[in-house]
Amino acid sequence: MNRRDVFGWATAAVMFGLMSGASAEEPPIKIGMSMPQTGGLAGGGKASLLGIEIWRDDVNAKGGLLGRKVELVVYDDKSSASETPALYAKLLDVDKVDLLFAPYATVPTAPIMPLVKQRGLLLMGNFSFQVNSKIHHDMWFNNAPWGPADSWANGFLTLGQKAGGKTVALLSSDQEFAQNIVTTARDVTKKIGLQVVFDQAYLPSTVEFSSIIRALNAAKPDIVFVASYPPDSAAILKAVNEIGVGDNVKIFGGAMVGLQFAAVMENLGSLLNGVVNYNTWLPEPSMYFDGTKEFFEKYTKRAIQAKVDPLGFYLAPYGYAMGQMIEEAINATKSLDQKALAKFIRENVHKTIVGPIAYAEDGEWKESATLEAQFRNVKDKNIDQFRSAGKQVIVFPDRLKTGDLVTPFEASRGN
Amino acid sequence: MFSLDLLRDAVVLGVLLGCFYAAVSIGLSISFGLLDVPHVAHPAFLVLASYGVYLCNDQYDIDPLLAGLLIAPLFFLLGLVTYRLYYETFERRGSDAAVRGIAFFFGIAFIIEVLIILQFGVDQRSVTASYIGKAWRVGDLRIPIRQLVAFAVALALTVFLATYLSKTFMGRAIRAVAQDEEGLRLMGANPVRIKQFAFGIATAVLGIAGALLIIVAPVEPTLDRVYIGRTFCVVVMAGLGSITGTLIAAIILGVSESIVLTMFGASWAPAISFALLLGVLAVRPQGLLGR
Repeated sequence: MNRRDVFGWATAAVMFGLMSGASAEEPPIKIGMSMPQTGGLAGGGKASLLGIEIWRDDVNAKGGLLGRKVELVVYDDKSSASETPALYAKLLDVDKVDLLFAPYATVPTAPIMPLVKQRGLLLMGNFSFQVNSKIHHDMWFNNAPWGPADSWANGFLTLGQKAGGKTVALLSSDQEFAQNIVTTARDVTKKIGLQVVFDQAYLPSTVEFSSIIRALNAAKPDIVFVASYPPDSAAILKAVNEIGVGDNVKIFGGAMVGLQFAAVMENLGSLLNGVVNYNTWLPEPSMYFDGTKEFFEKYTKRAIQAKVDPLGFYLAPYGYAMGQMIEEAINATKSLDQKALAKFIRENVHKTIVGPIAYAEDGEWKESATLEAQFRNVKDKNIDQFRSAGKQVIVFPDRLKTGDLVTPFEASRGN
Repeated sequence: MFSLDLLRDAVVLGVLLGCFYAAVSIGLSISFGLLDVPHVAHPAFLVLASYGVYLCNDQYDIDPLLAGLLIAPLFFLLGLVTYRLYYETFERRGSDAAVRGIAFFFGIAFIIEVLIILQFGVDQRSVTASYIGKAWRVGDLRIPIRQLVAFAVALALTVFLATYLSKTFMGRAIRAVAQDEEGLRLMGANPVRIKQFAFGIATAVLGIAGALLIIVAPVEPTLDRVYIGRTFCVVVMAGLGSITGTLIAAIILGVSESIVLTMFGASWAPAISFALLLGVLAVRPQGLLGR
C-alpha cells in the first residue's frame, strides 16, 4: 500500500464517519428564551440562565430528551419590556424553537403573555408576579414559589402582628412589580386589622432616601414593609442605618429585591442584621432536597468563570428546577406536544431540587413556599459566611422554619 | 403630616443632597455650559470614575476620596483625548456639530457602559470607609456623614473652580473662549487647545465626583441614565457656565426635592425639579446666574 492509498482510505474513513454520524444524530430540541443580561435585571437573569445551562448540560450528559440533545436559544432582552415581544416572535418564527421559557422577572414577561395565549403555547414562567391574573392562560406555569398573590405580604405582616405590631408603614418603588406587591399588602392590612400610618411610593430614579426615612420615622409605625428594587434596597438600608427607624419598629423589610444577591449582601454586610426579607432558597437545613447539594457544587464552580452571582441562592436552583419539570413532562408524555406537556405539568406533583412543585388553576404554585428570613450575625465584607446556615434564619412559613423572629428591629441589629 | 422639626430636617438634608448634585454637575457646567459641547456622556464618565474608585478601594484599600484624587489626572488625559476626537470628527467640520456630537457622546456613553459590564459584571459595587454608614447626631437630628463629606467636597470644588476660572490666566482664557472664540483667535491664542484643556479639567473633576457618587450610594453600570436629566437640569437652571450658579441651583433642587419627599410624597419629587427648572427659565431664560 503506497502513501496515496493510505491517504485515500483515511479520507474515506473520515467521510464515512462524518456521514454516519450526521444521519444518526437527530436535530436538537430547541428551547428558546430571552434573558436580561444587561440592564437592571441582569444580575438575576445571568444567574437564572446559568441554572438552566447546568440543567441542559446534565440532561445532555444523560443522552438528552427523546434521544435528542437539548439546545438553548437565548437573546438578551436588556431588562426591557419593549424588547421581549419581538424576541419571542423571532424565537418562534425564525429560530423555530420547540419550547419556550419566560425571561426572568415580571416586567419583561408581561408583554409576551398575549402572544403565547394567542398561539396556544406552553410557557414556563421565571419569577414573574401575577402576570397571568388577567390573561388566564391555561398553559402558563410560573416557576416561582410565590403561590397566592398575597403570600409575600401575608407572611411578613402576620409575623409583625404576632410580634405585637398594630400600625404599618408601606414604602414602595413606583413600578409595576413593587406596586402589585404593595397593593396586596394594603389588602392584607385590612384583612388582619392593621392600621396603615405611612404609605409612600418613590420613583425608581430616587438616589437618596434620608428624607423619606426621616418622614417614615415621624409616623412611628410598628411594622415597616418595603417593596424596593436592588439599587433602592441598598440605599434604603444605608439611610435606615444612619437615620434610624425608631425603637417602636418590631419588624423591617418584606419585599426588598436585591438582598438576595451576593454582591449586594457582601456590600451591605452588617447593615443587613435584623432585616426580615423574602427569599426563595437558603442554605438552611429545611431547604435541601434530592440533587440540591450537587447542583450548588456545580454552580459555585461555574459562577466564578461566568462572572455571575457566586451564591446563586435566589434564582439559579429554580432555573434548574424549571428544566427538571420540562424533562419530567417530556419523558412521561414521550412527546413535545405543548398541550400534552401542559396537561402533565398541571396534573402532577414534580420532584425538583427546590422541593415538590404542584400547580394551581392560575399557573401559580398551589402552596406558597415564599420564605421570610431574618439576617443574623452578618459580618462586613465576607461573602462565604452566607453559605453557612444561621445567617439567614427562616422565620416563615412554619413548615420550613429554622428559628424564631428576633424583635424589636433596632435591638435585633446588634445580634 | 407637618411639623417644624420635619421641615428643619428636610432643609438640612436637602442642602447636603444639593451639594452632592452640585459636585456631580460641576464638570458639565464647564463642558456644556462654557464650551458648548453636548456632553451627554458626562454621567457615563462619572460612573466610570466611580468604578475606578471602587477598584482602588477594593484592591488596594485606598480611601475613596483619595482614590478620586489619584484618578483625576487619568481623567484629565481621558478628557483631552475625548475632546480632540470630538473636535476632529465633528466640531471642525461644520455648523451641525452639536446635533451630530450628541450621537457621538451617546455612542461613548454606551461603550463605557458595555466596558464596565464586561469588566465588572452587572452587580452593584460600593466602597468602604470609616465615614460611610455613620451619622452625626445634633439633638434629635441625625446627619449622614457621607452626605457631609459630599457637602464639603462640593464646596471645595466650587471655590477652587470659581477661583481658577476668574483668577488664573488659563481660567480667564477658558472664559474668553466661551464668550468670543474668534476674538481669541485674532489675539493669537489657539481656542481649540484652550477648549481641549478646559474639557480635560471638566473630566478630571469627574474623578472626584465619581468618588462622591460611590460614597453616597452603590453604583451599577447603567446608573448614568439616572443622572443625565438631573445634571443637565442643574447646569441649565444655574445659567450656562456659572460655577457658583451650579452650586446654588443644585442646592435649590436638593432642598425642594427633600421637602417634597418628606412632606408631600416621594412620587412628586422629580416633577418638582423639572417644574422648578421651567419656572426659573420662564422668569430668567439665561438661568439663575447666566449672563
